[in-house]
Amino acid sequence: MTTLNSSKEIKKDDSELNEHHEDFRMFGLITFLIADGMTFAGFFAAYLTYKAVNPLPDGAIYELELPIPTLNTILLLVSSATFHKAGKALLKNKNSDTQKWLIITALLGITFLICQLFEYFNLPFGLIDNLFASTFYALTGFHGLHVTLGTLMILIIYWQTRPKEGRITSQNMFPLEAVELYWHFVDGIWVILFIILYLL
Amino acid sequence: MTILIDSPDSNNKSLQPKGWLRYFSFSLDHKVIGIQYLVCGFLFYLIGGTLASAIRIELASPISDFMPRDVYNQVLTLHGTIMIFLWIVPVVNGAFGNYLIPFYVGARDMAFPRLNAVAFWLIPPSGLMLVASYFVEGAAQAGWTAYPPLSITTPQSGQIIWIMSVLLLGGSSIFGGINFIATIIKLRRPGLKLMQLPMYCWAMLGTSLLVVLSTPVLAGTLILLSFDIVAHTGFFNPVLGGNVVVYQHLFWFYSHPAVYIMVLPAFGLVSEILPVHSRKPLFGYTTMVFSIMGIVVLGLVVWAHHMFTSGTPPWMRLFFTIATAFIAVPTGIKFFNWVATLWGGKISINSAMLFSCGFIINFVFGGITGVALAQVPFDIHVHDTYFVVAHFHYIVYGGTVFIIFSSIYHWFPKVTGKLMSEKLGILHFAITFIGFNLCFAPQHWLGLNGMPRRVAEYDPQFQFVNQISSIGALLMAISTIPFLLNIFLSIKKGKDSGDNPWNALTPEWLTSSPPPVENWEGDAPLVEEPYGYGKPISQENLIKKT
Ligand SMILES: [Cu+2]
Repeated sequence: MTTLNSSKEIKKDDSELNEHHEDFRMFGLITFLIADGMTFAGFFAAYLTYKAVNPLPDGAIYELELPIPTLNTILLLVSSATFHKAGKALLKNKNSDTQKWLIITALLGITFLICQLFEYFNLPFGLIDNLFASTFYALTGFHGLHVTLGTLMILIIYWQTRPKEGRITSQNMFPLEAVELYWHFVDGIWVILFIILYLL
Repeated sequence: MTILIDSPDSNNKSLQPKGWLRYFSFSLDHKVIGIQYLVCGFLFYLIGGTLASAIRIELASPISDFMPRDVYNQVLTLHGTIMIFLWIVPVVNGAFGNYLIPFYVGARDMAFPRLNAVAFWLIPPSGLMLVASYFVEGAAQAGWTAYPPLSITTPQSGQIIWIMSVLLLGGSSIFGGINFIATIIKLRRPGLKLMQLPMYCWAMLGTSLLVVLSTPVLAGTLILLSFDIVAHTGFFNPVLGGNVVVYQHLFWFYSHPAVYIMVLPAFGLVSEILPVHSRKPLFGYTTMVFSIMGIVVLGLVVWAHHMFTSGTPPWMRLFFTIATAFIAVPTGIKFFNWVATLWGGKISINSAMLFSCGFIINFVFGGITGVALAQVPFDIHVHDTYFVVAHFHYIVYGGTVFIIFSSIYHWFPKVTGKLMSEKLGILHFAITFIGFNLCFAPQHWLGLNGMPRRVAEYDPQFQFVNQISSIGALLMAISTIPFLLNIFLSIKKGKDSGDNPWNALTPEWLTSSPPPVENWEGDAPLVEEPYGYGKPISQENLIKKT
């Protein structure tokens, strides 16, 4: 049966749509992150298969040290918490607190990247030395790219939450929430990566 | 990130160019984007078809005389890549999805119009890049599958351009998928329940889930492959300790679902067309929905049936054979539902209906050979022969391309407000149907008798059957002439169709044809029974409307 509704209803519907606007942008972002996660899943699956069926050739070196990546794991987990604090502060309209927590988060991200580079330069193997070396660099590199992008976005958010002329306020939280979700996602991937690459 | 995400905004639209020019602009209107996808895809279809003709000319004789062997490999690689990534996937998803889905959910545009336009405008440059790679150092020659070590050892620049272009097209496809999921789930007009959606929405929801879950894996794999080519890493290079089978697993994790990305939307479209032209409700709506979702789930766990000759262990062969055979169940349900929809209906024999019936016939044949191919002993016999080529073309050409044509005949009056010529349409169908079957049916025999695919030369005993196949290909090439003639003549001087020439009940017909920029002059109608044909209430309503 086909029925046409009255025009009053549709006007209400349109305003409802606008109110739920944020909602489906977040929904779109989550869908995107699922897709992004599948890229990592493919890399992890490749790495685990290599580990199961391709023995390391004689004389090839593939050894990882734990201290730096452990520190990096802590850095990222703390940064997830500080980002969360930033969002909480913005909700209470305390923009200067938000800015403080955001800059701490960005600095933690930058420290992570510096530590990662430091680890790269001190590893006893290069990109093309052997299969595991290549996979290690591909996986950590791809993740590092995500951290770099995330840090840049945090700095943009930092710029846009300036108390007076900032574009992001407690009324317009979406950009901050979006980057926060992305950042938690990147941290979560790191934890999986840390377990698979370093602990297994 | 915030730039890409935008809301449907009427102010934006008034700034858009009008008339023909808008099809060349960064338009945010889903209807314009849909037509852009369709026309762009069809141009690439003509290029891919020209390449296919070149292949069939070469194969008319057993020796490699029409073109050198490496050029033959480039031609077949470009043919496969263009037809899959630039014609079928963008058209059956992007074109019809963008045009129809907002109507079906009762929205004025897609959820993310700007992301939508970005997704489309990634396609022309990457397609042109792919075609242009032929003039660099030769195009890629490793087939559309780009299996290493072949893809690592053939000339590099062509292969790298191929990878970049497929990555961009994959990105476009993912953006499109995100948009479709958000539109169908979040943008439905209030009061419209999921189980009241036209079947194409369900097909696009399933397809988009597959796109979002599997395309990123292909992207990751191709990035690793490009490292192997450029940086000489050894992910897939056995000489450097790598593993080619890992590439195959990752590749087919995308490329088996890719078959469903190409064919599920066609299932949806045919489910829209059949009820309208047989004046009967779609048979078994609920089973249809569950079949689509069943195919999505099963489609993700059958990929290794492409790898039975890759040293796959017995348990894997067993698992993937059984899982693949199971897909025949939901697919069979859909087939019987379509037949039951036609059964006892007031069938109008027009071009859209003929192409849809052609689809059912071709598809059931391709489905049967598909079940056969899933059986390990049979698969090992015909692996990499023309049997596989025949099976695949029965699915994607006999299946999806037939539905693309059927849909063009069905929705042409919607888009233009003009009727197409039925005489030319029926001529188009007759030549296509005969040509297609003449071209591909004999290839089953060739494959069973051991003619390998992807080789420019073959045993002279196969010449006669190959020539029959080439004549079929010639007919398929000729069939585009009445089609194009029909399109241009109908746009120029076709009869006015009125708003709803088929007396259809799905929402896109309940507005003027062509539709206004905002889709409906007033409010979006709430269509609770999109297939309520033959019921007294709906007839009454229809009369009230017209
Ligand atoms: Cu398959």
